[in-house]
Amino acid sequence: MPDQLLYAMEVTLNGLMAGVLYALVALGFVLIYKASGIFNYAQGVMALFAAMTLVGITEGQVPFSHLINAIFGTEIHNFGWQLPGLVAILLTMVVMVGLAWCVQQFVMRHLVGQAPIILFMATIGLAYFLEGVSDLMWGSEIRKLDIGLPQGINETLDRVTYDLFGYGFFIDNLDVVASVIAALLVIALVAFSQYTKQGRAMRAVADDHQAALSVGISLNFIWVMVWSVAGFVALVAGIMWGTKSGVQFSLSLIALKALPVLMLGGFTSIPGAIVGGLIIGVGEKLFDFMIGPMVGGATENWFAYVLALVFLVFRPQGLFGEKIIERV
Amino acid sequence: MLDQAGGYTTVDGRKIGGVVMEMKNITLRFGGVVAIKDISFDIREGEIRAIIGPNGAGKSSMLNVISGFYVPSEGEVWFHGEKRPPMRPFEVARQGIARTFQNIALFEGMSVLDNVMTGRLTHMKTGLFSQALWKGPAEKEETENREVAEKIIDFLEIQHIRKTPVSRLPYGLKKRVELARALAAQPKLLLLDEPMAGMNVEEKEDMSRFILDVNDEFGTTIALIEHDMGVVMDLSDRVVVMDYGKKIGDGPPDEVRNNQDVIDAYLGVAHD
Repeated sequence: MPDQLLYAMEVTLNGLMAGVLYALVALGFVLIYKASGIFNYAQGVMALFAAMTLVGITEGQVPFSHLINAIFGTEIHNFGWQLPGLVAILLTMVVMVGLAWCVQQFVMRHLVGQAPIILFMATIGLAYFLEGVSDLMWGSEIRKLDIGLPQGINETLDRVTYDLFGYGFFIDNLDVVASVIAALLVIALVAFSQYTKQGRAMRAVADDHQAALSVGISLNFIWVMVWSVAGFVALVAGIMWGTKSGVQFSLSLIALKALPVLMLGGFTSIPGAIVGGLIIGVGEKLFDFMIGPMVGGATENWFAYVLALVFLVFRPQGLFGEKIIERV
Repeated sequence: MLDQAGGYTTVDGRKIGGVVMEMKNITLRFGGVVAIKDISFDIREGEIRAIIGPNGAGKSSMLNVISGFYVPSEGEVWFHGEKRPPMRPFEVARQGIARTFQNIALFEGMSVLDNVMTGRLTHMKTGLFSQALWKGPAEKEETENREVAEKIIDFLEIQHIRKTPVSRLPYGLKKRVELARALAAQPKLLLLDEPMAGMNVEEKEDMSRFILDVNDEFGTTIALIEHDMGVVMDLSDRVVVMDYGKKIGDGPPDEVRNNQDVIDAYLGVAHD
């Protein structure tokens, strides 16, 4: 096989893996949009907050320690424990459910029936607020997140491809793990929405509020549940991205990368988020590989957005979107 | 003819039981507009009770008060001998009051069967994890609820569209699916908001037959709103007549039909 083709294959594979990570973020958007028609601008910050909380809990950091010390003149910073990853993840999930409850109780509940743009604005406010809370709780330094996920080059794949083609593929182990986890997450989410009582209620609420009330569904409960699930997805995305490039403010900007994914896949489709993510991931890597050298490189930064723009012109509801919906 | 303690017997010989729901001096205001003015009536077990009146009489408002979508400004709602505290609509639904809507509120994206199954939500008790794993009690519960849903689907003769997404159905069938969803909850009281609205004669006859059959077969207590006098008079055991938010008549169809106030309201005699 010619080298060029092999190299393109490797790039495609890496693109698929990157796409999975985009899809993870996009999933959180889709969940909330489906169930409540809210475009949640804060999804990226939720990923940041989740990752920060996970690091803080793992390392036994005292939340709001700077604030507490400044007020009471104390010198506490650390509980002095080092928690195993799974326990820390569970505790973080508890925090995310608490956050979901707060969002519903203090923000969204008071905005029921408002225009989508109002709800969208509220989530922008939520994003800034949450960013501030995250800084206040855990500090603003760049943190290293290591809960024991495998990292570095996948040697098996490298060896196998070298034996086959005489050229070893370089694939990061973390990307492989991320792909597997994302696949499991999607299966779990689909199973949840199709086969459980709560999932059925969630779909009902997404479809018609009045009808949902008339069959005994509490909208409040469903919305807290949906925000919790979105929080869980944010946590998974936060773990993956945080492990990859450290937990820092820029993590919240991955939300921007999810936008073109959503435009491609449609705001209302879970499979759409996955396929959209993969197309963007592969598209931008291949484009950079093939066209990049002709235009001076660095195409990864804009390719996704241009692709999304093209989609908006020809198929505004996205590949899997249910209907034309209001853009934000 | 109304025996206060134990109910009464209808013209066609059905036994009607005690009071299921009692509305006591209900008043409903929206700002300065009075939608319902001091209305009292009761609904008895097993009867088909109609609320009729010209457009804008406050019928739908009354139904919304019963189903908890509106909270009355004054007055009390008594259900099964207990005064009902102010409740949100989903809590009312969980008490066993199911309803349909004038402008059909179905889950358009779901199949007919899924829509009917949402009517079973209030009867499902098992937790999230056992459902997700599809084991034991959850499986048994799903099967049982499925059986109830299928029985109602058969009863309303919509087997052939079980798997069809609701958005693809014609209007008349949608109305029937909505009735099926409400029935799936096996309600103690079934509220129908203009079940015949927008239907042609044939569909109206079908719907009337289903309403009578439901009442007959399951003994369901039904309260319905209609402005089509003819249909109501044939269907119902007792009728409340509303006009401009006030009650102007209450009794069996024949009695109401000859009530001068009712005739005036329907023929449009000027109010003084």
